[in-house]
Parts: sequence; structure tokens; C-alpha cells
Amino acid sequence: MSILVDERTTLVVQGITGNEGTFHTLRNREYGTNVVAGVTPGKGGQDVQGIPVFDTVARAVAETGADTSMIFVPPRFAAEAILEAADAGVGLVVCITEGIPVRDMANVHSYLEASKTRLVGPNCPGVISPGAANVGIIPGEICTPGAVGLVSRSGTLVYQIVHELTQRGIGQSTCVGMGGDPIHGIGFVEALKLFQADAATELIVLTGEIGGDDEERAAAFIAEEATKPVVGYIAGFEAPPGKRMGHAGAIVTGSSGTAAAKAEALEAVGAAVARNPTQVADLVAERLG
Amino acid sequence: MDLYEHMGKDLFRAHGMQTPRGIVVFSSADAASATDELGGRSVIKIQVQVGGRGKGGGVELCDTPEAAAAAADRMLRSDFKGFPVTRVLVEELLPIAREFYTSLLLDRARGDYLAMMTAEGGVDIEELARTRPEAIRRVHIDPMLGLRAYHVRELIGTLPVEAWEGAADALRKMYELLVERDATLVEVNPLVLLEDDRVVALDAKVTIDDNALWRHPDIAELAEQFPIDEVEARAKEKGLQYVKLDGDVGIIGNGAGLVMSTLDVVAQAGARAANFLDVGGGASADQMATSLEVVLSDPAVKVVLVNIFGGITRCDLVAQGILEALERIEARVPIVVRLDGTNAEDGRRILADAAHPNIVPAANMLEAAEEAADLAGANL
Repeated sequence: MSILVDERTTLVVQGITGNEGTFHTLRNREYGTNVVAGVTPGKGGQDVQGIPVFDTVARAVAETGADTSMIFVPPRFAAEAILEAADAGVGLVVCITEGIPVRDMANVHSYLEASKTRLVGPNCPGVISPGAANVGIIPGEICTPGAVGLVSRSGTLVYQIVHELTQRGIGQSTCVGMGGDPIHGIGFVEALKLFQADAATELIVLTGEIGGDDEERAAAFIAEEATKPVVGYIAGFEAPPGKRMGHAGAIVTGSSGTAAAKAEALEAVGAAVARNPTQVADLVAERLG
Repeated sequence: MDLYEHMGKDLFRAHGMQTPRGIVVFSSADAASATDELGGRSVIKIQVQVGGRGKGGGVELCDTPEAAAAAADRMLRSDFKGFPVTRVLVEELLPIAREFYTSLLLDRARGDYLAMMTAEGGVDIEELARTRPEAIRRVHIDPMLGLRAYHVRELIGTLPVEAWEGAADALRKMYELLVERDATLVEVNPLVLLEDDRVVALDAKVTIDDNALWRHPDIAELAEQFPIDEVEARAKEKGLQYVKLDGDVGIIGNGAGLVMSTLDVVAQAGARAANFLDVGGGASADQMATSLEVVLSDPAVKVVLVNIFGGITRCDLVAQGILEALERIEARVPIVVRLDGTNAEDGRRILADAAHPNIVPAANMLEAAEEAADLAGANL
């Protein structure tokens, strides 16, 4: 078991014919992901190493039954690509693209709230359920199947922490790179809910960083609903304080957004918080026994 | 991108909002003549990309052109919160009856826009938010629906009736600006009611989404007016994120999270970062070489720590880049290198084969940080 993606996932890749799209599609397929289709407007009828390409996601879904989409299209067109996937009835959209205007994402967010489609990203490394499916750019070879669910805002910290876990012989149920953009799909709270409900996940690792208040909201959720142990890590204790223009941001969150405040919030609800990535593996090992 | 107040006010005027008459000047002499032109009295305001000017001595009321010259001289001679000051805004003084606060911004947590307004304007708005949050009217706006008439009625509710029409008009224009110009923040503190019942934006804090600047070439162009560190400018040109700090370890990593984590681990090892540079995803050998040049150009750097976990980034290219850089420039300090992830074996072998005397390989992140801290200490 795992969350979001597994061996039953049928994947369509939007932007499959671009350099990165092709490269990572083939890496995902090699890992064992069932890649059934690709979409590039104007290239319908072609194929990428046997994967049929369609002009629209609706066509790809109608012909192949794809239930998950991975997006590699350029930032100017990526929000449109998410809407297209949602409109075609795809259940999960994983958007790797970095640099999407936030106003476009605000519109997407509003639309998705009324749809059944879940979004991971944008500006994220994707989702991997080790041994079952890899949808995104997380290097499959650093993961190993097991009982730790991991969710992270930062991409490279997913790699670092998964690597530390795997080296200690600790496997993962699913690793989710939720992305660091201001408006994103699945966040800590939703990932925690999914991991909490997933029979294969025994412990949850949450990797945050300075800014925003995602970690504080995760702490509130942990206090109320999480029964599985949570190990946290926050990056940015030494990061220089950002300059602030107006007062509006502080009025909204009421949070300082510092690493120390986030670590405190998590510790206050019983989560163990590591001070460096190596210590994450130590704390996980202690708790898994 | 955070705009200077006068740039924000240019956008306000373009969208039909009322602002005081103002003139941007770069010298104290021009501040005096601008004050003269505005009727002999003025307010002088520092133009910087940071808030807190009112409390920090960045705003001064001047009753004569001479006083304006003196205020401008003082402001142009010093930094403000570490930001260089190259210009001030000289504005007319207006007969103010009441001061309000209003803002529109992106609400990250909810993924929509949030509008706020209160009759209790002024610099202590954050204190008000803490002590009497109910005094601030807040309305969430679905971006698909936009700002509706009932939103506006709710927002202006705490204001005196004579300000309603002007405040409603300002809100509608601020929202129009927010959407049409891809702003993530439009804040007016204070929005004022004049004695003749006009409502005027006395301040402007506008932040434009960097990811959307391609839609607004006129705004993107404004970036050239912001003073920028030479080294930072060079890094930016190559798509690298460089930040100067005050320790002695130069840090290069890929991805903001890993870079921040590296700063933390170096601090835990007892050293401090001189600077840090994020090479981003998919770094090429050339980018890596430039990164090393940029970080080494900082004379405070006593040791460099390269911490790469390759996903899209290939460690063999990183290793080649390091060697290329060492051919182009003379390395005066040791370079601790930690490579993991995609093609890490190849990368490590390339560095081992080169056997460059300045390169110190490290097996993992903690070891790399400790090694760098030791070397920084030894080089003191």
C-alpha cells in the first residue's frame, strides 16, 4: 500500500515530447510506472518509444483510460495544462513545471476546489511509491520500499532525507514533494491525512522550511487527528531574514514564519524535530524500534 | 519584485487612483526645487524596497525648501535598513481629515485573494491586528468571481460615510491593478480622507509576481533601477541565486531547501556562511564553473563547500564544472565537495582522477560541513 500513486496508476504525460518530458517519462517507465499516453498539441498520432501521443488530454483519457497526469509543459502554458487534465477527469495531476504565474495558479486552485481532481505541485519533484510507481523526477534508486511516509516542501531535501533513510535500511511507503510555490496542491495537512489513513505507513516524516505557515497548520492537524508518530525537519535556521514590504502578510498569518517558530510548533504537539537531515534518520530509527 | 513607492503610485495613477502630486529626485538641491514647485512645503520619503519607513526616519515633513534639502541630504547619505538610498520622493502636503488602512494580497494558505480595510490606519496596524482583529474588515475573493459589490460594502463598513464612495472606488481600482498587473500585494497605508472628502493613496506598496514579469515588460524594465550588488548581478545573469552573508564559508548547493539545510549544518559545525549560491535544478558544467567563480570572488571566503544532491542535476557535470572553474581561475582556498544522487559515482571518480590539491572530497553532508568548518578555523 501507499498513497497517491501505486502499481495500478495509469499515467499520461503532458509535454511528453519536450527534452525533460521525454527523459523523465522514460525513467518513470523504466522504474515500472505504467505510462499509457502522452500529450503534445499538434503531435497527436506520433509516439515516444511506443507511448502513443495525443493532441488533447481528453483524447488520451478516452483512448487509454489514464487516471493520473504528469505535467512538463513550459510555465506559460502549465496552468492551462492542469485545467485541461482536471476537465478530462484525471484524478491526480502532478505538475513538475517551475515558474507558473501565481495568478494563474489562483484560478486553477479555485477551479480544482469544485472538482474531484487532486494536484501535487507545481514546482515539485513529484511522487514516488518505492517499488510500485514513480511519477516525477525523484531518483528511484535512492528509495526503498517500507513504512515511512515522507512529505516535503523542498525538492532536494526529499532526496537528501530519503537517501539518509535508505542508507539506514529504512524504507518508504510514499514520498511526496509538494513543491514550494505560494499556491500549490496537496499540502502537509492533506498528505498527513492520506498517510494517517494508509495501512502501510507507520511513521510520517514532514520536511518544512522558512516562510508561510504550512508547518504551523500541520502542527494543528497533528494535535487534533494524527495518531501515527511524526518526525519533522525544518530547514532555514541560519537563513537571512527576508525583507518585508508591507504589513499585510504578517496580519494574515500571525506567524513569524521562522524555522525556530515552526520547529517549536511541531514539538509542542509531540512531533520529534531533527536539527539536520542525518538526525531525521536517527529519530525515525528510534521510533520504529 | 517589490516596487519603490513612486513606481507603485505610477501604477495607481495609471489605474485611475488618486495620489498626491510628487516628484522623484536624486539630490538635495532637486529636493528643494521640487518643494518650491509643490508650494513651498513637502513630505520627503526615502525610496527603498523595504517597509517600516515611517518609524525608521524615512519620512519627513518639511515646511521650507531648505528643510527639504536638509532632509533629502540626510536620507541620501545613509543606508536604510541595509538598503542603499539613491532617490527620494518629494510630495505635496494635503489637508488630511482621517487615515485608513487597506490592502489586497494573495492568501497563500487559502489560495485566493484577501482584501482588508480598517478606519484605524497608521503605522501600528500589526498591533491592531493582534489586539483587536475585529477592527479590521477582511474579505476573501475567489479569483474566478473577482471583487463584487457586496465585498466592497463589507470592507468600507468601518469608514465614515463621507469616505465610502472614494474608498470603494480605490478598492475596485486596486483589485483591477492586482489582476491586470499580476501583483501579489497592493497595500495602501494610509489611505486618507481629505477635508474636501477626496480619498487619496498616501503610500503604495506593490509587489509584482516575478513569474509573471514576462507579461509586463514595462514593469520588468523597472528592475534596472534597483541598486544591486555586482556579484549578485553576475550570478543572476546566469540564472543563479546568490546571497552575501557575513561568515567565512562559501556555500554552493542545488535547490533552496538543501542550501538552507547546508547553512544550518555548517552553523552546527561551528562555522558561519560567507555567502550562499543555489545553482538550481539541472546545473550544467558551465553554470557550476560560474558558481564557483562567483563564490570565490568574495574575499571573505576561506573555504568553499559544494553540496550537491543530483536529481535532474548530474554529478558528473558538476565535477567537470568544478575542474573547469579551477582552470579558469586560481583557487586560493580549499573546496570541500560532497556529491550524491544522479551520476554521483562518475562525479566522484572525475574529481579523484584529477587529484587537484584544493579539492577535498567528503563522504556525506555532515562530514562535509565539519570539514569545511575545520578548514575555515585553520585558515583564520
